[in-house]
Amino acid sequence: MTAPALQTTRRCPYAPPDEHTRIRDTESGISQVTLPSGQVAWALSRLEHIRAMLTDPRFSSDRQHPNFPRFTREQPAFDLMRPSIIQLDPPEHGPARKAVVGEFTVRRMAGLRPRIQQIVNEHIDAMLAGPRPADLVRALSLPVPSLVICEQLGVPYRDHDFFQSHSSALLSRVVTAEGRRQAVTELRDYLKELIAEKAADPADDLLGRQLAQGNDPEDVLSLAFLLLIAGHETTANMISLGVVTMLERPDELAALREDPARTLPAIEELLRVYTIAEFANSRVAVEDVEIGGVTIRAGEPVLALSNAANHDPSAFDEAEEIKLDRGARNHVAFGFGIHQCLGQNLARMELQIVFDTLFRRIPTLRLATPADTLPYKNDALIYGIHEVPVTWEDPA
Amino acid sequence: MTKIAADLDRCVGSGQCVLTNPDAFDQSDEDGTVVLLQDTPADDEALKRARIAVEICPSRALSLTE
Ligand code: HEM
Ligand code: SF4
Repeated sequence: MTAPALQTTRRCPYAPPDEHTRIRDTESGISQVTLPSGQVAWALSRLEHIRAMLTDPRFSSDRQHPNFPRFTREQPAFDLMRPSIIQLDPPEHGPARKAVVGEFTVRRMAGLRPRIQQIVNEHIDAMLAGPRPADLVRALSLPVPSLVICEQLGVPYRDHDFFQSHSSALLSRVVTAEGRRQAVTELRDYLKELIAEKAADPADDLLGRQLAQGNDPEDVLSLAFLLLIAGHETTANMISLGVVTMLERPDELAALREDPARTLPAIEELLRVYTIAEFANSRVAVEDVEIGGVTIRAGEPVLALSNAANHDPSAFDEAEEIKLDRGARNHVAFGFGIHQCLGQNLARMELQIVFDTLFRRIPTLRLATPADTLPYKNDALIYGIHEVPVTWEDPA
Repeated sequence: MTKIAADLDRCVGSGQCVLTNPDAFDQSDEDGTVVLLQDTPADDEALKRARIAVEICPSRALSLTE
């Protein structure tokens, strides 16, 4: 019997496809599916199983492994750069991560707050000065995280447009394999030159400090590329999804506006229910492993249905409900194990500043089209919304 | 007496413990690894938070011992 094709269309903007829920409700919670690449992968759907896999060194993150779960027929362009931390296993992963994670601690992120606040203010000013309705995605969701990561790395502002158009080409699913390869090559060449300039003329930014610590410029290049790509569209999609969700819940939004201490728990809940990077937690087995009574053989691809796991009724009460004050942080929206998101505290800070500022400054903000007609990204690797038309009243 | 222990070799600097209780956990500026500010939870609330930190630490670097 051939394994059924993986479904990716959600039952509603946050509920997993019925197929994922069905797998989760089988006795083992594990089943085989066929990926768009033609690979047959094990699909894990329960929180307990996914957490077990992500903390088990018998599963590898080596994205160049021929059996690593893929969503396209072609192999991605791995020959263009050295592997970055997201692809490394122990023992290489730890030292490479520790060389940079000091840049992303909770305290370091708190230090960025004033500058992020300024960037958010400027983008809201520009949106208010422009026509109505405005597209929130272009006005706020995309430019804010993109500018923040560019500044942190030390990418000059004048190159920001180049960077933004290239990174969106990379994440688009309609772009061809050659188009993607070209975008990667151009972005790589750009970063290579930037890193060479910083090596010659040391700069006090993340890339400059990586070089000053004596890291190999080729590794700094892979890291720069990863940080630019991983931190941009993800946060942007969470901004859009979060704003739409809150606008649809006026009572909870009013409570949030009254008490900013509610924002961080609300962000955790939004991360859980939407699980936008749900397939990022996939692995390939490098030894035989038993999970939930199923033996996964060395060399077999394993897909994490992380959104199904984040709605697992054995881990969350009334798991299908959005409860902005739930306060649960045991979800896997940022992954789990040694690869858990390096930029999570930056993402939280950006989301917090955007939500608090936007709803305070534009109390009359509303969707210009009904929420259920918004173009959700059911066909993209990272879930989100393509466009969010919003409007508001003139201040009285 | 319950004590908190951290394995710095395992820690991956996620900061989840700091979010759980900034009075008990901090991170090193050098390599992002956890710095214990208290090795025994100060009160019941701190103990409750320490249990949460152990549960959500992604690298299983934290433990509680009696
Ligand atoms: C809401 C926004 C975000 C979400 C949902 C998200 C999600 C994830 C997930 C699920 C992983 C785990 C991948 C794996 O296990 O293979 C991950 C890893 C990673 N993320 Fe994020 N991310 C977000 C924002 C960011 C930001 C803002 C940055 C950087 C500025 C970033 C940088 C990274 C890096 C470098 C890794 C790899 C870490 C490692 O392999 O040790 N992410 N992210
Ligand atoms: S939660 Fe765990 S991995 Fe993260 S900083 Fe604390 S001890 Fe380290």
